[in-house]
Amino acid sequence: MKILITISGDNVAPRFDMVSELLIASYNPQGLTGKPRTILMAGPSPEELCSLILKEDINIVICGGIEERHYKYLAWKKVEVFDSVIGPFNEVLDLAMKNKLRAGTILLSARNVRNN
Amino acid sequence: MVSSLRPPKQYQSEIFQIRKGAPEVMVPDTWQKTNNVLCALRLYARPKVYCTIETMPISSSILVEPESITEILNGVPLGIILLDRSLCVLRMNRFFEALTGYSEEDSLGIPGNFIVRSDLHSKGQIFRQILESGESRVQEGTIINCHRKKLPILFTISPLHDSQGQIAGLIIVLEDLSSLQRAERNAGGADGMGKILGHSPKMQEVFELIPVLARTDASLLITGETGTGKDMIAEVIHQTSKRARQPFIKINCGALPEALLESELFGHVRGAFTGAVTDKPGMFRLAQDGTIFLTEIGDLPLSLQVKLLTVLDDREFYPVGGSKKVKVNVRVIAATHRSLREQVRERLFREDLFYRLNVLRIHLPPLREREGDIRLLLDYFLRDFVSQLGSHIKGFSKSCLELLLAYGFSGNVRELRNIVEYAVNICPGEQITPEHLPKYLFAPESHQKSVVPGQPASVLSREEQPHQTTNKTETHSSGNWNETEREMILDAMKKTGGNRTKAAELLGWGRTTLWRKLKAL
Repeated sequence: MKILITISGDNVAPRFDMVSELLIASYNPQGLTGKPRTILMAGPSPEELCSLILKEDINIVICGGIEERHYKYLAWKKVEVFDSVIGPFNEVLDLAMKNKLRAGTILLSARNVRNN
Repeated sequence: MVSSLRPPKQYQSEIFQIRKGAPEVMVPDTWQKTNNVLCALRLYARPKVYCTIETMPISSSILVEPESITEILNGVPLGIILLDRSLCVLRMNRFFEALTGYSEEDSLGIPGNFIVRSDLHSKGQIFRQILESGESRVQEGTIINCHRKKLPILFTISPLHDSQGQIAGLIIVLEDLSSLQRAERNAGGADGMGKILGHSPKMQEVFELIPVLARTDASLLITGETGTGKDMIAEVIHQTSKRARQPFIKINCGALPEALLESELFGHVRGAFTGAVTDKPGMFRLAQDGTIFLTEIGDLPLSLQVKLLTVLDDREFYPVGGSKKVKVNVRVIAATHRSLREQVRERLFREDLFYRLNVLRIHLPPLREREGDIRLLLDYFLRDFVSQLGSHIKGFSKSCLELLLAYGFSGNVRELRNIVEYAVNICPGEQITPEHLPKYLFAPESHQKSVVPGQPASVLSREEQPHQTTNKTETHSSGNWNETEREMILDAMKKTGGNRTKAAELLGWGRTTLWRKLKAL
């Protein structure tokens, strides 16, 4: 399984269409299969991001706010999208691998942290 | 305890106060006392026209009186969020909750940029800049809310000061520009009301009714076939009513399972069921002082019909798992493509709720009964898509127009719009010809208009009219139509290899409409 997380600093990025940094991780039931990769896009472009997701054969996308049309497009392409997720991406990745992540999850560790 | 707000230089002589336990803001007459709370907070939020909280630090004065500040914030018909010095959420009003879909309880302590989700910045840089510079800023941008909707917003971001004049946080005011932008787009457009177009006598009747329906708070039932614009009419009625500046919340009663729908509508308290980890306000509470639009009301489960009836009668309800009644002041607009009378006869819909919703009713005519509107809409959508896609198309060929004007448009305006969008995308030249139209338009004869213009083809609409009797001919035409629809669906499914999304596109229907009709087959 391959997961893509849109990131901003140490957190899941607030918006799918404004993101230029991505984390891609592959895993199996035993855990991560290799070191997660970070990709820097030339600039924010939801269309390019969608095509990258398909090109990379991503199974799960984890992001913050996403427009309905991009969400539907990815769902149509059989990509599972967990949107409106707030929290540090490493914890989010951990939850996703344990199949405990849901859309709209707000992690406690996201609270009262400085956002810079 | 008295906290005074000092206005900027030009208003130095006019001081108003907020008293503990008395949320009313006293404003001099010159400050438009008719809407004093709004006026005060607007001034407070505007750049260069902000006031400082004078007597004590923000954290210990206004914010220790959460009830007062909540009431004040909720009195302003704009989304407001307060951030502390570390740019985390301190407080928000219910308009902000309605705009973004986040509740205050869920958001407390979260960095503001994760909740606002604007395109103004990355990593909250604009918030930090304002915090450092102390200069307010007004900027247009967008947000993406929890319902995955992108909204154009006017942001007014201003610093909050403590008693020492130090910046203690930020106040961000969000004004939804959607309706304004729509109005601008429609200015100088074709005949009609707002974004609803039509100059046929039947649509003129509808337009004449809208101001009448907007003046009252009575429940309203909108009927009409799929694609006739029930949602748009509901929104226009809300926008032209006195509740226009309050939230307009739409919920599809057919889209969610019963248990989830109850929680969505009426909210729940923490621990009401597994997974209910926080209180949820529910759509009725989010629509406080505004309008709630229940679309596909015919699909509302019977158990929830009872609860809805109670809300309509008593204007209060219990949230799921709650023991405290919640009072609401909400106008209910419902819509359905079904014959509610028929459903009442079949005991699928409560008669008392039907009559309670049916206080006022507006029926939207299908496109085939709107003489002359097809051409108007074809031209409108052509212009719209041509400008959106930067195409050089100038119009339709004569044969293409003849074909489209003779077509039945079972999916009504939605289908017509999709056909034009398809043609504009496919056509490489300057004129749309029949070969640029979707192929299904040429296929079975049953798709073609089989009724004389002006003669009703929809039995649903007639059944819904009061004092209308159903005769044998109408029943017969209903059978034919169902059969035709069935054939259309089967045909589309065959053509798309069973792909429902593509089949829905081909038919010019929404996916849920196709799903519903498939279920009924």
